[in-house]
Amino acid sequence: MSLMLVFALVFVIGAVAFFIGRQRAAAHDNGKVKPHSRAHYHGWWAFLLATLPALLLLAIWSIGSSVYLNSHINGQLPAQTAESAIASRTLAASLTKSLANGLRKLEPEAANNLPATFTELQPMLAARGVALAPDTQDYMIPIAVDANRTQDTMQLIGGVLVLALAVAGAVFGLSKIKVRARARNNVERLILWGLLGASTIAILTTVGIVLSMLFQSINFFERVPFFSFFFGTVWDPRFAAAGAGESAGQFGLIPLLAGTLYIALVAMLVAVPVGLMSAVYMAEYASPKVRAVVKPALELLAGIPTIVYGIFALVTLGPFLRDLSAALAGGTSFIQAQSILTAGLVMGVMLIPVVSSLSDDIITAVPRAMRDGSLGLGATRSETIRKVILPAALPGIVGAILLTASRAIGETMIVVLAAGVAANLTLNPFEAMTTITVKIVNQLTGDLEFNSPQTLVAFALGITLFFLTLIMNIFALYIVRKYREQYE
Amino acid sequence: MNIMTEKALESAVSDKMSGTPNEIIKMRGNKVGVFYGEKQALFDVDLDVRENQVTALIGPSGCGKSTFLRCLNRMNDTIDSARVTGKITLDNEDIYDKNIDVVELRARVGMVFQKPNPFPKSIYENVAYGPRIHGLAKKKSDMDHVVETSLKKAGLFNEVKDRLLEPGTGLSGGQQQRLCIARAIAVSPEVILMDEPCSALDPIATARVEELIDELRQNYTIVIVTHSMQQAARVSQRTAMFHLGYLVEEGATDKMFTNPDDKRTQDYITGRFG
Amino acid sequence: MTDISMDTVAGAVPRPRRDIGLKRRYAAERRFRIYGMLAISVGLIFLAIMLFSIVSKGYTAFWQTTVSLPINFDEKILDPDNKRATDPSVLISANYPKLAENALVAKLGINPDDKVTIRKLKGFLSDGARTQLRDVVAADPSVIGTTRNVDILAAANLDSAFKGQIDLNVDEARRKVSDQQVIWMKQLTTDGSMAERFNTGLFTFGASSRPETSGMGVAIIGSFYMMVIVLLLALPIGVAASIYLEEFAKKGRLTDLIEVNINNLAAVPSIVFGLLGLSVFINFLGLPRSAAFVGGLVLTLMTLPTIIIATRAALAAVPPSIRSAALGLGASKMQMVFQHILPLAAPGILTGTIIGLARALGETAPLLLIGMVAFVANYPTTPFEPATALPVQIYMWANEAERAFVERMSGAIIILLIFLMAMNITAIVLRRRFERRW
Repeated sequence: MSLMLVFALVFVIGAVAFFIGRQRAAAHDNGKVKPHSRAHYHGWWAFLLATLPALLLLAIWSIGSSVYLNSHINGQLPAQTAESAIASRTLAASLTKSLANGLRKLEPEAANNLPATFTELQPMLAARGVALAPDTQDYMIPIAVDANRTQDTMQLIGGVLVLALAVAGAVFGLSKIKVRARARNNVERLILWGLLGASTIAILTTVGIVLSMLFQSINFFERVPFFSFFFGTVWDPRFAAAGAGESAGQFGLIPLLAGTLYIALVAMLVAVPVGLMSAVYMAEYASPKVRAVVKPALELLAGIPTIVYGIFALVTLGPFLRDLSAALAGGTSFIQAQSILTAGLVMGVMLIPVVSSLSDDIITAVPRAMRDGSLGLGATRSETIRKVILPAALPGIVGAILLTASRAIGETMIVVLAAGVAANLTLNPFEAMTTITVKIVNQLTGDLEFNSPQTLVAFALGITLFFLTLIMNIFALYIVRKYREQYE
Repeated sequence: MNIMTEKALESAVSDKMSGTPNEIIKMRGNKVGVFYGEKQALFDVDLDVRENQVTALIGPSGCGKSTFLRCLNRMNDTIDSARVTGKITLDNEDIYDKNIDVVELRARVGMVFQKPNPFPKSIYENVAYGPRIHGLAKKKSDMDHVVETSLKKAGLFNEVKDRLLEPGTGLSGGQQQRLCIARAIAVSPEVILMDEPCSALDPIATARVEELIDELRQNYTIVIVTHSMQQAARVSQRTAMFHLGYLVEEGATDKMFTNPDDKRTQDYITGRFG
Repeated sequence: MTDISMDTVAGAVPRPRRDIGLKRRYAAERRFRIYGMLAISVGLIFLAIMLFSIVSKGYTAFWQTTVSLPINFDEKILDPDNKRATDPSVLISANYPKLAENALVAKLGINPDDKVTIRKLKGFLSDGARTQLRDVVAADPSVIGTTRNVDILAAANLDSAFKGQIDLNVDEARRKVSDQQVIWMKQLTTDGSMAERFNTGLFTFGASSRPETSGMGVAIIGSFYMMVIVLLLALPIGVAASIYLEEFAKKGRLTDLIEVNINNLAAVPSIVFGLLGLSVFINFLGLPRSAAFVGGLVLTLMTLPTIIIATRAALAAVPPSIRSAALGLGASKMQMVFQHILPLAAPGILTGTIIGLARALGETAPLLLIGMVAFVANYPTTPFEPATALPVQIYMWANEAERAFVERMSGAIIILLIFLMAMNITAIVLRRRFERRW
């Protein structure tokens, strides 16, 4: 029984329970006793009792059976594979899994008399549009067949169990219908739990992020010493061909961190003054007409995806700066096409609307009385802004700047396209440097071989990035909240 | 209405005739009207402000008294939709004339607001703010002197002299309001406008500020908006009664409170509405 | 009243003016204003330059040069042994390019035996002619043995030359079209068979190594799947979470923790969500790589905070009087929320959702990590099959060297931006229209 079918059947049972329940509750209302809840609440309660436990079981069963299937396949792989390097073992398991998936596409009669060797099998599968890796081995075929059979059995058992539970839930719910039964409270309590559950997804996501990256990072630090990652000054991961044994790469964080911070700094140098002045102008000077035009334009600027900025840097600004520098220096360009300057400039422009909208909120939160107090003493507008409003808004602005800096550090597409991939340590803004995010993308695109330090390092980089931005965000959000409370 | 204003003007004329030094007309509003967008908030107000006297503007909420006050140093300019008609003079100069600079005007006509609004700076810097932007004290010692005398005039110096560098926002409400008065005095204005300066204060702090207003009258011309009849009676020499955007009656405070000409004034003073 | 002069009042003499540095201060005021205007101009000018640069590079992508040729679907070439009735694979692997070449040779009036000249035709028509003609035959096998006019795609270099993007004054060896090809091009242009037509392929083709036969078809489908998934998951979950936090949650540790988490997740770099997707959804849960489903899940987690923050603001803006009114009539709290508060907050929620979706649509980095940088030629029929996304397609084209790819890439950016702007403008208009002052 397929997942979809079971899913649909559970809902059918639930719907039937709903209609019966509503009708029964309505029939109970004989006009003598005032019912506690209206009829449809009884219907919903029966529906929820029928569907929720069943769907929960369905979810647990599906995850459980896929975990079981994995270990089942792993257990059947021949011993020599099991003993060799872990990478090829997981590889064999995944090959078997895709083979099993492929076999499902075959016609029933073809599936019943499978050839014994992969060389014979491959064209049959190819005809059905299934492409498999050529290093699939013959011994995997019976394992795959067995895996499919086990999967079918598990699905059947699970389906029957789930449907039985759904029916039981429906019967139980219907048996509870009485005139004074508190169906509405029951339904509402469940909804409340549902609402609470939805809001905990935020926590689950954070936990998921931390745990997933932590596990992989621990894995990484078992191969590469902690110290040589965090304090290493050379980044040279040496992509080795799969299975080429231990290839010692160097995974020094320092050049990446330096590049990340340098580019972010250039970006902030552009974004903070420009964004702040834009916000001040919009909040204090612009006429309503100007605001009506410029505000949406700035929002538009904020709505442009970063890949577009990155491409602008790569295709237009980078070559332009290179040619410009060549023209200035008479021949040799001193600005590389991919450089800290290019990436930082473009990222800075991308951050202008971020700074300006954050600081706009902050500036408008300064009470009007403060403005009036200064203007009433005969200060000009700019004196009021510079000497009263900005100092009063300072904590909030610092928070906004921190939030922006955290965006700059985590920004990916602009630096992937504009900053370059060479892990240099340089102070020259006209040269290329690379960033943490660029390296995460580099290490994880293309063919992956999990469990190699070259791949795992991405998670170590990720967790570094996560905690770096986390600290900045929490600190910034704290400052901004304190700032707002002050004026409430 | 017309009769009332004419009466008021007659008394103004008689004051002028009498020519006593106390009766110099410092500011004069002629047919002042204020619009907020389409809505008119003030209609044809004619009112004189005499030098070295306290003029109280009274009337029920929303009657236009604060609106009129804010016209006197053009604070209404800061509201985009506000428009002022008529004429207001300060020492015979039209303050809405394009030759008059609003910054200079506000340096001559200072303002104290309803809620104490010290800047989030030290007490010293709060008082020094005005003189500093206007460049009134060139040296540090001059500035110290200005701050000290202003705080003294505002009757706050003894309470804060040991913590001049602490934030002004840390003071009590009454102290904050006196700090705001000191801040206004520090610019040495000719006129001080006060918009319900005691509405956010407790009775003791109110009494302290009222005493202060009386002392300040020696050197400054004061216009005060107040919600409290008693306060108007206690601190002012002249009182103007506003109602629904119109000036109902204006005259010497003693007369206004004992024998008003207009029934609305009488009703308001005796607490029948408002 | 008239007899009193308002102009002068006795005794009031203007005092001597104090020097309060007005000149200097107004100069500073003007400077400050100019800085503000400069700052805004910087943003707007950059926006203008960027849009101009992209549009000027990309608008040509919407036209594609084709050559209209009378193709003779010659049975001798397609199926020399006449086996197609028994073995359908004959028609799949037949020599279609030969058909196109013959037609072109005839059209140009080249001697069919002049092998040297014919060799120079190589690279004139797109290799995509093979699939193009195969599709014609597959759709209607009776075409074999007849002649039919087909618009064959020109090769990318010819397309560029036709659009005037190749400098023909450069030495022949240093440009990608030969002089002979240029002559032929002019010949075909004069007789009207070579022309630019609207480039439907840009919207329908999948991935290809040849610019002229590559398009964003797969990417559009992938992005569409992901948007549907994000909408179906993020909107209900986000609204549910917001209702709980805004209406039911009591102040406490858990609520604080949730709030801090949401605010922080809104600021977590998007690439971190990609790492989460890779290690949890693909590695741990075993979901397929490169699939729009996984992309949708990752983007959902990324979009949730945006939707929650917007929804909470919309809920909080509904005044307490409405709540009291509903509760006062005996509605339960749940009924109050779902029957009164939620409908009133709907426009705000919608605005936040659209903005969140727009952000998700333009997001690239997390999708790179879950393997959506894939060469996918065929349309995915379900969200579980390999697909790409619009911004990822743009990224992949950015990594190609050929200039024709840059053109396609810029065209794709224009399309993406049109989508995004439509969404953002809808959101702005919605906000204006329904902005309610209580």
